[in-house]
Amino acid sequence: MDFPIYLDNNATTPLDPRVLEAMLPYFNSKFGNAASRNHAFGWAAEEGVDYAREQVAKLIGANEKEIIFTSGATESDNLAIKGVFEMYKDKGNHVITTITEHKAVLDTCKHIEKLGARVTYLGVKEDGLVDLAELEAAMTPETILVSIMYGNNEIGVIQPIKEISAIAHKHGALFMTDATQAVGKIPVDVNADGIDLLAMTAHKMYGPKGVGALYVRRKGPRVKVTAQMDGGGHERGMRSGTLNVPGIVGFGKACELCYNEMESEAARLSAMRDRLQRELTVLEESYVNGNVEHRLPHVANISFKYVEGEGLMMAMKDLAVSSGSACTSASLEPSYVLKSLGLSDDLAHSSIRFGLGRFTTDEEIDHAIAVTKHSVTHLRELSPLWEMFKEGIDLDSIEWAEH
Amino acid sequence: MAYSDKVIDHYTNPRNVGTLDKSSHKVGTGLVGAPECGDVMRLQIEVDDNNVITDAKFKTFGCGSAIASSSLATEWLKGKSIDDAMAIDNMDIVEELALPPVKIHCSVLAEDAIKAAINDYRVKNGLAPIETEKSHH
Repeated sequence: MDFPIYLDNNATTPLDPRVLEAMLPYFNSKFGNAASRNHAFGWAAEEGVDYAREQVAKLIGANEKEIIFTSGATESDNLAIKGVFEMYKDKGNHVITTITEHKAVLDTCKHIEKLGARVTYLGVKEDGLVDLAELEAAMTPETILVSIMYGNNEIGVIQPIKEISAIAHKHGALFMTDATQAVGKIPVDVNADGIDLLAMTAHKMYGPKGVGALYVRRKGPRVKVTAQMDGGGHERGMRSGTLNVPGIVGFGKACELCYNEMESEAARLSAMRDRLQRELTVLEESYVNGNVEHRLPHVANISFKYVEGEGLMMAMKDLAVSSGSACTSASLEPSYVLKSLGLSDDLAHSSIRFGLGRFTTDEEIDHAIAVTKHSVTHLRELSPLWEMFKEGIDLDSIEWAEH
Repeated sequence: MAYSDKVIDHYTNPRNVGTLDKSSHKVGTGLVGAPECGDVMRLQIEVDDNNVITDAKFKTFGCGSAIASSSLATEWLKGKSIDDAMAIDNMDIVEELALPPVKIHCSVLAEDAIKAAINDYRVKNGLAPIETEKSHH
């Protein structure tokens, strides 16, 4: 076993060696520009890109002409939201999203608000899921876009995408989803799910960083987005810029591997994740955050009450995990996702996200369980709050000095 | 963000973790911070008849720097007179532990905890609490 054990696969995943192997020729002999139509170097690069486009499309049940390569999910989110807002502004200016989206969606929505958009930020239920009645009530004739993520990056909950897209379409709006965490982990099908635009990235599915895609529906309806990057008119005019050929080839290979291995891998991961969760919730006052039925197979977000997340991660130095604690963020605010579930700040501060992946082993999970149990117990011995809890003191009855 | 060796040392081997009898008139208790802010420190001192701190204990809910700051504080307090303890400045802690700017609040909290413990001791023994300049959070 190598240390530290990597359990932060929602932040990024290691590159699969098979992906690296597929990419290597495109750094060497096949270095051509995919847009060079007049010689063999260009053709070789174009062939690599074309094949990758098919691999990516197949994973989400799309046609390869519907795949626009970008630099990653953040760019895809920007292109989708800003692009739809610009393209459809004659139809309306209203966009609906949720408060638990990734910042790439939230901040893009804030940006278009400055340009005249009206954005509704839906809250979520205690389990992290969108209230469909609330969504329905928020729809207006002016609504051009509903943008709701597929699987959440912090708690892993999977939104009822089919129901959401049906509501959007009923009211004549497009449906976009940031599927960064879901694609490659669970079956995603743009037609069955009613998705018009979908953002995804390679590095969350064992591909390279710096490459992603936006799916843009071509039929029923034909969706158009205004380009946000002007230049040579690449990617059907929606995203100019010389294609990142090695990255795209790697992305394609990563999608193919996920497609082939998803079913067995999801079963393996959820069995390990469930075991981890079961063992860790044996600890007193530990709580799983978010819906546990509608959840990605590889994530568990657990709060260990009366222990602070950053301090806990420092104790668990054998494990690479992440926390919703304020101390780990630049803003000194605890996770807005956890707070939007109605979690009190102290529980948000006490949360740890375990993100399993393709290279996680049972042996590593055994070790993670032991280290976490030991660290939580150790830090509780140091915690005045734990002592007070054990003495039966109601912590809410104390007048804490805000600072 | 990398921690300094001293923070790691205090975090890994915290000094003086524990609880003193808070009902004793010799013991002063300071409880500062708030759970929703992510750090709470409880610092206790035991004082002898000559106004010298003979024992100090802490428990802290917080990040590594908060735990290290309070552990260091208890180490410094033992053997000090109340007057000398009152003079401990948060910047002394920052310097000793090489805390980065985002962790200065941990040292402020430790200074607050020291002063709160001393004032609790004073009030218990019929003395007026010492006015402290409102700390800079």
